[in-house]
Amino acid sequence: MNRLRRFFCTPEAVAGAAILASLIAMALAAPLIFPGDPQAIAGPALLPPFHDWSLPLGTDRLGRDVLAELFHGARTSLAVGLAAAAAALLIGAIVGTLAGFAGGLIDEVLMRVTDAFQTVPSFLLALAFVSIVGPSLGVVVAAIALGAWTGPARVARAEVLSIRERDYVAGARVIGMYPLEIAFREVLPNALPPVLALSSVIVAAAILTEAALSFLGLGDPNRVTWGGMIAEGRTVLRTAPFLSIVPGVALVLTVLGVYLAGEGVVESTAVRRSLS
Amino acid sequence: MTVLAVSNLAKRYRRGGKPFAAVDEVSFEIGPAETLALAGPSGSGKSTIAKLVLRLIEPDAGRIDFEGGDFLALSGGSLRARRARLQMVFQDPLAAFNPRATVARVLDDPLRIHAIASRAERPLRIAALLERVGLETNLATRAIHEISGGQRQRVAIARAIATRPSLIVLDEAVSALDVSVRGQILELLLDLQRQERIAYLFISHDLGVIRAIAHRVVILDAGKIAESGDARTVIANPQSAVGKALVAATPKLVRTSQEAS
Repeated sequence: MNRLRRFFCTPEAVAGAAILASLIAMALAAPLIFPGDPQAIAGPALLPPFHDWSLPLGTDRLGRDVLAELFHGARTSLAVGLAAAAAALLIGAIVGTLAGFAGGLIDEVLMRVTDAFQTVPSFLLALAFVSIVGPSLGVVVAAIALGAWTGPARVARAEVLSIRERDYVAGARVIGMYPLEIAFREVLPNALPPVLALSSVIVAAAILTEAALSFLGLGDPNRVTWGGMIAEGRTVLRTAPFLSIVPGVALVLTVLGVYLAGEGVVESTAVRRSLS
Repeated sequence: MTVLAVSNLAKRYRRGGKPFAAVDEVSFEIGPAETLALAGPSGSGKSTIAKLVLRLIEPDAGRIDFEGGDFLALSGGSLRARRARLQMVFQDPLAAFNPRATVARVLDDPLRIHAIASRAERPLRIAALLERVGLETNLATRAIHEISGGQRQRVAIARAIATRPSLIVLDEAVSALDVSVRGQILELLLDLQRQERIAYLFISHDLGVIRAIAHRVVILDAGKIAESGDARTVIANPQSAVGKALVAATPKLVRTSQEAS
């Protein structure tokens, strides 16, 4: 409760939380406000915004409702961003814990694999993965997670290396606990806080990567994505710049909101730590 | 019949590139329901011996026989199963538990791991253990960080006796407690020893506490045994330089030994 209050004390955190909350509301409300197919033709092509109040943000090249696309795009962006970040954190935490706790050869092998993933640019990795497997929502999530798990893995490993020397880990061994249980029940939960602190950066990066993939036409073709909308608007950038600007602004606001809220969480926990 | 027999135990570390012996040719025995104290200044190898006896670290040389079997020959599942008979209580009762655990979970673990009680039975066993160490049974639902240091050390003892061990290693187990709580914990340990016939390997730098609880004492210096013998005799009349220094460092004991002479 106290932590929550401290979180809302910083204006950045409040702004971030407000942006995120409205985005989540947008994503949740999309099928209610715009129940039809957002990719269906709704009116005349290239209608500018604020001319027809049944289509407030106008229409794109094919006459699709931009506002409906924006709402449905929020669903994809958030879903992919959160799912990819969750997958990356999960894989990273498991690999890092195993490497740090087991030590020796297992540590060596896992960390060299991590190195290998880290040396390949993550966007290139995602690009190659989607090109080979084919674009669909699950594949895009996996592709983004593939390039993002190395950071959490390194942080988790470093934390586990310090935790495994603590008395309570020795105590768990003394009572005869199975090593894997010690690693995942005693060590991993206590190594999580610094790993979770990475989550805002990873979510933001995942949303941007998803947009970039969609921009290149490698997103799920059955879903509206902001990256896809920008790519779509690019061809008429001079005559109808709003088609690229609207989803672009949405993207910027989302990433900003995630960063600010993440920063707020880190800040509020940091204050708690220095006080105790 | 001995519970634990340690012979010629050695552990070397490298410090600043040079090897040094943390434990050097140490041998001792503990019988059933006996308390052997390991005393010595900081860095004399007391805690290293505790970790070696518990197989938390592996010795470079020597032999450890526990309950008549070669303890160093065990590994994997057979070692984990054997650990039920050989328990430990740590110095800092806060560091010795997972910071996220509740009292119930701490006591549940050994019962579950060694299949001592079924899932349905365990809450009763946990309540019985808490009562055995003089705690209220409603403490079970509390988080470890919510209870006092003395209560925590009682929970640590409850966990150690949960698997009915024949030997408990107490590594400075009362050093972090304040004086009044220390006395109560020592009483509890003596009471448990009388009733359950548990042997203690009691590690401490405090000769006052050792005299109160130990039958025999081994005084260590730089990893070697400096002297050993009956606890009261050794403390009343230490022969080694380290023994004399330790006695001199305990003001109350100096006075009593002067009165005795």
